[in-house]
Amino acid sequence: MFDTAGIAVEAGQALLALALAPALAGFIRWMKARMQNRRGAPFWQPYAELRKLFRKDMVVSRHASWIFHLAPFVIFGSTVVVSLLVPVLVTPLPFNAVADLFAVVYLLLLATVFLALAGLDTGSAFGGMGSSREMTIAAISEPAIALAILSLALAAGSTNLGEIAARTIARPSSAISPGHVLAFVALFIVMLAETGRLPVDNPSTHLELTMIHEAMILEYSGPYLALVEWASWLKLLVFLTLAGNLFVPWGLATSLAPSALAVAFLSTVLKLVVLAAAVAVLETRVAKLRLFRVPELLAVSFVLGLLAVASSFSVR
Amino acid sequence: MKLLAKILQVGLVTEDLAAGPTTPAAAGAQAGGRPLDLAAEVRAQALRRFGRAIGIRQVDAGSCNGCEIEIGGLTGPVYDLERFGLHVVASPRHADLLLVTGPVTRNMLVPLRKTWEATPDPKLVVAVGDCAHDCGVFAGSYAIAGRVQDVIPVDAVVLGCPPAPADILRGILAALGREGATRR
Amino acid sequence: MSADVVRASFWLMCCGFLSAAAGVFSPAPRIARALTAAGGIIGGAAAVWLSALVLAGPFGFRLEIPQVLAAAGGLAFHLDRLGAIFLAVIGAVTVPVSIYGFGYAAAYDGRYSARWIALQTGVFLLSMCLVVCAASVLTFVLAWELMAVTSWLLVITEHDRPDTVRGGLWYLAMTHMSLAALLAAFFLLGRHGTTAWTFDALRAGARSLPPGTRNAVFILALIGFGSKAGLIPVHVWLPRAHPAAPSHVSALMSAVMVKLGVYGLLRVGLDLLGGGPAWWGVVLVAAGASTALTGVLYALVDDDLKRLLAYSTIENVGLITLGAGAGFLFLSLAQPAAAAVAFSAALLHVVNHAAFKGALFLGAGSVLHATGVRDINRLGGLVKRAPWTAATFLVGSLSIAALPPFNGFASEWLLFQSFLPGVASSRASIAVLLTLGVGALALSGGLAAATFVKAFGISFLAMPRSAEAADAHEAGWAMRTGMAILALACPVLAVLTVPVLSAISGALAGVGGLPAASTTFSLGVVLETPQALGRVSPVAIMAVLAAVSAGVWLAIRLVSRGRRRVDDTWGCGRIGQTSRMEYTSTAFAEPLRRIFGELYRPTDDLTVTVQPGSPYHIRAITFRTQLHPWFERGVYDPLVRATHAAASRVRALQSGSINAYLAYIVLVLVVLLGMVIGF
Repeated sequence: MFDTAGIAVEAGQALLALALAPALAGFIRWMKARMQNRRGAPFWQPYAELRKLFRKDMVVSRHASWIFHLAPFVIFGSTVVVSLLVPVLVTPLPFNAVADLFAVVYLLLLATVFLALAGLDTGSAFGGMGSSREMTIAAISEPAIALAILSLALAAGSTNLGEIAARTIARPSSAISPGHVLAFVALFIVMLAETGRLPVDNPSTHLELTMIHEAMILEYSGPYLALVEWASWLKLLVFLTLAGNLFVPWGLATSLAPSALAVAFLSTVLKLVVLAAAVAVLETRVAKLRLFRVPELLAVSFVLGLLAVASSFSVR
Repeated sequence: MKLLAKILQVGLVTEDLAAGPTTPAAAGAQAGGRPLDLAAEVRAQALRRFGRAIGIRQVDAGSCNGCEIEIGGLTGPVYDLERFGLHVVASPRHADLLLVTGPVTRNMLVPLRKTWEATPDPKLVVAVGDCAHDCGVFAGSYAIAGRVQDVIPVDAVVLGCPPAPADILRGILAALGREGATRR
Repeated sequence: MSADVVRASFWLMCCGFLSAAAGVFSPAPRIARALTAAGGIIGGAAAVWLSALVLAGPFGFRLEIPQVLAAAGGLAFHLDRLGAIFLAVIGAVTVPVSIYGFGYAAAYDGRYSARWIALQTGVFLLSMCLVVCAASVLTFVLAWELMAVTSWLLVITEHDRPDTVRGGLWYLAMTHMSLAALLAAFFLLGRHGTTAWTFDALRAGARSLPPGTRNAVFILALIGFGSKAGLIPVHVWLPRAHPAAPSHVSALMSAVMVKLGVYGLLRVGLDLLGGGPAWWGVVLVAAGASTALTGVLYALVDDDLKRLLAYSTIENVGLITLGAGAGFLFLSLAQPAAAAVAFSAALLHVVNHAAFKGALFLGAGSVLHATGVRDINRLGGLVKRAPWTAATFLVGSLSIAALPPFNGFASEWLLFQSFLPGVASSRASIAVLLTLGVGALALSGGLAAATFVKAFGISFLAMPRSAEAADAHEAGWAMRTGMAILALACPVLAVLTVPVLSAISGALAGVGGLPAASTTFSLGVVLETPQALGRVSPVAIMAVLAAVSAGVWLAIRLVSRGRRRVDDTWGCGRIGQTSRMEYTSTAFAEPLRRIFGELYRPTDDLTVTVQPGSPYHIRAITFRTQLHPWFERGVYDPLVRATHAAASRVRALQSGSINAYLAYIVLVLVVLLGMVIGF
């Protein structure tokens, strides 16, 4: 697990995920712009934003404490660690021994908790509101995620990411089994809630009262803002990669041969583009849900997860 | 489905930004409402290097909202400021450029100043409308505290009452040193 | 490592605690406090040493003292591996709490008697240790009652506050109710065919008990031990007594004493009875899930820092019971390996919870000591004024939210993993129950994260919301040392998860129907469940997370050329940012309160005062919201009212007339004589 080739593959994967994440977010923005009949910024716009932010000055509130300064690094760090565990190109990963789906969920929860604390740290009412709403949604989406993971784990016999991907590759017919499809839909709904996309949260709103994720980062500027934004794009990429590569794992490289890696890269990019397009179309089509309707949506996801679990042991 | 069909039917409506002024009053649109001193030039240069990604925070310092309606058109599909890499932000901490409208009323004097101070450097200020330039029709009123340039340093002015969206966009791009941009 | 060393460490432990109790003779309060602390440290360290010896070596510890209470069979002690785990927890928490108590109780000098506190503390600690060492019913019950009485006395230390005395009364009543249930359970267990009332004899005799008796024993033990542990609905003393007690006593009670309820349940249910039919497990799983959810839901909306922690204890006890219930279920379904994993998960959570809950209560105590305020809505800004307290509370909060670099993550992960084989291989009804259990586990984990973001974020961050919070000071060296030890224990336990789990699985080997060979949980730094169903490495996560974050920080320092400026918090340009504009604890929990409104049913009271002369000019708006837990509204209030009504009726007997009383005496004598003659 700790040999140099393994570490190189893992580091390469993390860097690839980091490099692709802004393009993914930019692509969704570009598609939404085109669906609004306007030209929009090109898909590589987020890279320009990051470049600018890393060189800007920072303004920090006088009420902020060391939590405010620590949070961007914890958020960014934990999301990068997640990207080390998720199969982007290769399965099984060199770190697969510890690539557990619950570890992924709880690492993302760590990032959410620190972001919520940073929102509270400056004493602004918007930050507090964002933190409160974010923790509400995170708390209610936990059972939905747990059941989606449970149904995947039941099919594969383990919560290990490599095992889950391997099991689906070995039995292609399971990809269209009802349990699989239900779990995919449940996970997709939870992904919308966790990454702050419509109909749960509008990523491009300017009205503070409608913000959830953005409200917590109103006080961040300069490099801190760059880290937090990049981490949220990376989180989106991780979720879409999980949705793509766990449920439709064909294309993933099982060896380190250059041809296999090239095929894996193309297939992953294709899956990401398809899923991102689906997200963009959905965001254009639906309106944002009122905050107190979101639990109903997540309850739907929970019930779908429950049905997925039930179907996976009734098929046996 | 009907929505998607309509989207496809309408197609791209973004118009290219014409090179010159569209309204007679906007003939005075210029880069530099006051003599550009060295510090301002340095700021402008820094932001020109950033070029492609600028956050704009709009501040209403007591305007009649005529300019706001014109600015609102900028985010729509016809003028679409996002294609130039500009985007509107909610918090001045995320902003690189302040778009100020209105004569500065007494009540908005401190908030305008605080907004400017909350914006990290390097930053630019573009004053939009006749009111922002010299208080326009409200000059001499008891409720006015001064012009925008008396409160915060201004880098560019877009004249007009209200200026057309195309003029505002040209003024912003001129402040950023991208006068010739028409499409992206 | 001979048996003598083991025996010596037992006596050292007893002497340590008794020397703490000897503080009752000391001339000055400061000496009494010092004796309490020193005795606690020695006794606690000896307890840890004793349990380490028992866990590592082949010796259990046995001691019989037949001379004491010879007529009832004498005292008997036997510390086996299962008890050693709990003893280690008791000892390990006692040491930092004793150090902390030296500093904290300084505020009591002159107001309350430090001598009595010393006596009560020493006897309390000793009795807790004796409970886990007890090997006969008499010893167990004696130690249990001693523990209950001394802890009650400690709870009502601040006896000039009416809330404290009321909380103590609830505690006293409920602990004696649980004692009654326990006595009945032991009586039923040993009634037939045992010659002696020792645990060994009861274990041997339990095999031949009829199933009806076994079920009755289980139910009574569940009520009795469940009340001590804090299971719904017999938990109501917990949110009243824990906040009322001095903070280091609360830490001991929450971190250690409620675990003795779990210990009792495992001892009676698993060890003595050896497991039972499937419905035992179902009842425990259901009780655990509902306890966990109710506990965390009420913690979420609580504004009192210590009561929030008490409800959170209830939640964690629910999680432990959930794991234990799954274990009982798997045992009854003939899956002993899966049962071992489930019980191990429950015990790992016992150990982890002791660490982080202890840290949290000590932190809360430091806040109370510094500000005198328990209401979160009046705190704030403490992260700058009391940084050590803030750091302790942060570590405790992150651990209890089961977040990866800390110890809570491993036990919550293992609890999840222990459910997995059950869902995979059981009947549909059991599988659905376990799936709902997983859902409850996940929901309580998420809500716990929200609760502790609120507790830490509102209490410590941003600006102080009251004068008391603005004047807060950091705690003294004793309190800081105690807090630091428990706060450090959290990441250390995360790193040492695998060795701790090995010790636990060794302790469970052969108990009840569990497999005699201890389950292997590890491959070096990787925590792996048997049959390799799941693998995670808390150590690796911690290391990589630290490395990546540090690397990014370094990169930012090197690359970024921007300067940093300090300015006011952005408030839309508003002039002035005061603490009135910050979010409050009530506001933070409001969305969840609304979502779970059917459960909470708060009573809201809105009063609008208008200016005289015009109904449109409002002078003041007062909003008051109150939450009365449903189990109190539905169960305890009617019970208390009925008791009062019955007592009022019976009061009619107290007529005050001597003649009536003499008549009662004669009547009762006649009845008793009749009964004696009749039988």
